[in-house]
Amino acid sequence: MNKKKEQLLNKRYKAEKRFRLYGQSAIFMALLFLIIFIFKIFSTGYSAFQKTWLIVPVTFDAELMMLEQNPSKEDLKDADYYDIALKSMADLDPNANENQENELKRMVSYFFEREIKRELLNDPSLIGKTKDVYLTASDDLDQVFKGNYPRDLPEDQRRVTDYQLKIFDQLVELGKVESKFNLSFFTYPDSREAELAGIASSFMGSIFSILVCLMIAFPVAVLAAIYLEEFAPKNRFTDFIEVNINNLAAVPSIVFGLLGLGILLAVFQLPRSTPLVGGITLSLMTLPTIIIACRASLKAVPPSIREAALAMGASKMQTTMHHTVPLSMPGTLSGTIIGLAQALGETAPLILIGMVAFVNTIPGSPLDPAASLPVQIYIWAESAERGFVEKVSACIMVLLGFLIIMNLFAQIIRHKFEKKWS
Amino acid sequence: MIKISSKNVDVFYGKKQALFNINLDIEENQVTALIGPSGCGKSTFLRCLNRMNDVIDICRVKGQIIINDFDINDKSCDVVRLREKIGMVFQKPNPFPKTIYENISYGPTIHGMAQSKNEMDEIVETSLKKAALWEEVQDRLHEPGTGLSGGQQQRLCIARAISVKPEVILMDEPCSALDPIATAQIEELIDELKKDHTIIIVTHSMAQAARVSQNTGFFHLGELIEHGSTDKIFKNPENKKTQDYITGRFG
Repeated sequence: MNKKKEQLLNKRYKAEKRFRLYGQSAIFMALLFLIIFIFKIFSTGYSAFQKTWLIVPVTFDAELMMLEQNPSKEDLKDADYYDIALKSMADLDPNANENQENELKRMVSYFFEREIKRELLNDPSLIGKTKDVYLTASDDLDQVFKGNYPRDLPEDQRRVTDYQLKIFDQLVELGKVESKFNLSFFTYPDSREAELAGIASSFMGSIFSILVCLMIAFPVAVLAAIYLEEFAPKNRFTDFIEVNINNLAAVPSIVFGLLGLGILLAVFQLPRSTPLVGGITLSLMTLPTIIIACRASLKAVPPSIREAALAMGASKMQTTMHHTVPLSMPGTLSGTIIGLAQALGETAPLILIGMVAFVNTIPGSPLDPAASLPVQIYIWAESAERGFVEKVSACIMVLLGFLIIMNLFAQIIRHKFEKKWS
Repeated sequence: MIKISSKNVDVFYGKKQALFNINLDIEENQVTALIGPSGCGKSTFLRCLNRMNDVIDICRVKGQIIINDFDINDKSCDVVRLREKIGMVFQKPNPFPKTIYENISYGPTIHGMAQSKNEMDEIVETSLKKAALWEEVQDRLHEPGTGLSGGQQQRLCIARAISVKPEVILMDEPCSALDPIATAQIEELIDELKKDHTIIIVTHSMAQAARVSQNTGFFHLGELIEHGSTDKIFKNPENKKTQDYITGRFG
């Protein structure tokens, strides 16, 4: 008898040990995947926050710029910078032939004369003098300098020529190549040139979309939830509505995109590709999430609080507004933020309503065309240039950062404002 | 004097009838105890008196309940005004998760009973004093009411109920969640409060009913079996069931 009990005991201990092991290995697996994912993104993305500059001596020759004596500020703005820009690049190799001069020009970004122009506008006294100017390197050289570009490929399979590499190496040796923090990644809109492409347009687009989404979804969802939970009679019709709301939360987001396309764009003729339409579409998606969160937190308010208020002679509405709703707010708000975070990462519906268009301006209002962060990731991931590979990861990092901040905020709200009731 | 008089009151939960033809008169400025085994309908009857049963969707009340010559089941009766006149204290202390001060000031605020901050302070102070809680909490009026002990919370709920100067206070097993010392304090308080208010208390403890009440009604299976002065019910009951319950033979 005793022996049997002993065996049972041992068996129980072993089972418990095994169960712990299963749990621990599950967590270990999940963490492992997460770490691999984050490591991959960081290792490919971190270099996008650095940008390579070529330091090139530029002679601000008044004659070449077609400038009169004592030019005014307006004259400086209208001057022709292309020739001096071209000349300063060509001067890097005095023996270059015409073809090679062309290759030299392509070592810097497409808009290199603008960088020279900015330099002169900042300091007009430079006319007639020579100064070292920082020029954005072309995306291919940028990648070469960061070591992301294989040099050992045959020349005809590379986008940088042997000649360009030779001049570049000379510049590196002279210390005329510098890597600095890539501010333009955050301040420039999208561009076809990887070295000039930034997330400003999509970042603002995302912010505007989320704001529109919040302003529509939050009041509608909260009112709907309060009515359903506190006022509506419990009958078949309200059950039917509840089932439908739960279903709506599970509808694939692309369906909402089609709805936005078919109704907002086709019927109401709202401006295409704008955060306004994006926000409205996302709000349809967020609505059920917030309603469910709000109803759950209203349900969690103990009935004794409602009874207390009612027994004090508060009306139904006073009871709801003075007691139930304030007590449910932490849960509602954190549910809202989680819903918004979901909307922030949504791509498919935005593609359908045209927020996938190439936008090279920074939107100033929800009525201007814009992209959004996840769509920007999609656009860049489709681009062929090597320079966009790191941008994709960097954009993911920005999006993840955004999401982490929002979720953290939701946690803080929940902890800070959650009241304890007896 | 008779304060509340119920005539032929029937209560249904859906199809199930919970109370059968209750006729009970409640004396003004006295304590009336309602006793009986669990599920006998005494709490249901109590909740009829301030129409708290309205909250339950499936509950229907028939018959007349007359307070101050006015039938509260009449359509013209405004429940908000009614509940201002008839306060209630629940089984489990249920202070609002707000400060002690806000707990008391809530009723007077929504009923517009104070014109100024001073008046409100006074209402809060007198209510807490009447509930014998002032001494203990006067230094922490602005701390959460939920931080008090169970007995203190229940006295806070009583103070909250009397803050709107109700004519009647309904108490639904107010001591069932409390320890003996807190119970004694509440009982003492009930004795004090009956000077200004009519009190109806539902209790499971027959000792408590005997200690605090002047009148007692005994409920069984939804019927009012017997009612009368507490002395008579406990010493000399007419009904066999009452006798059995009081002597502990069932319930």
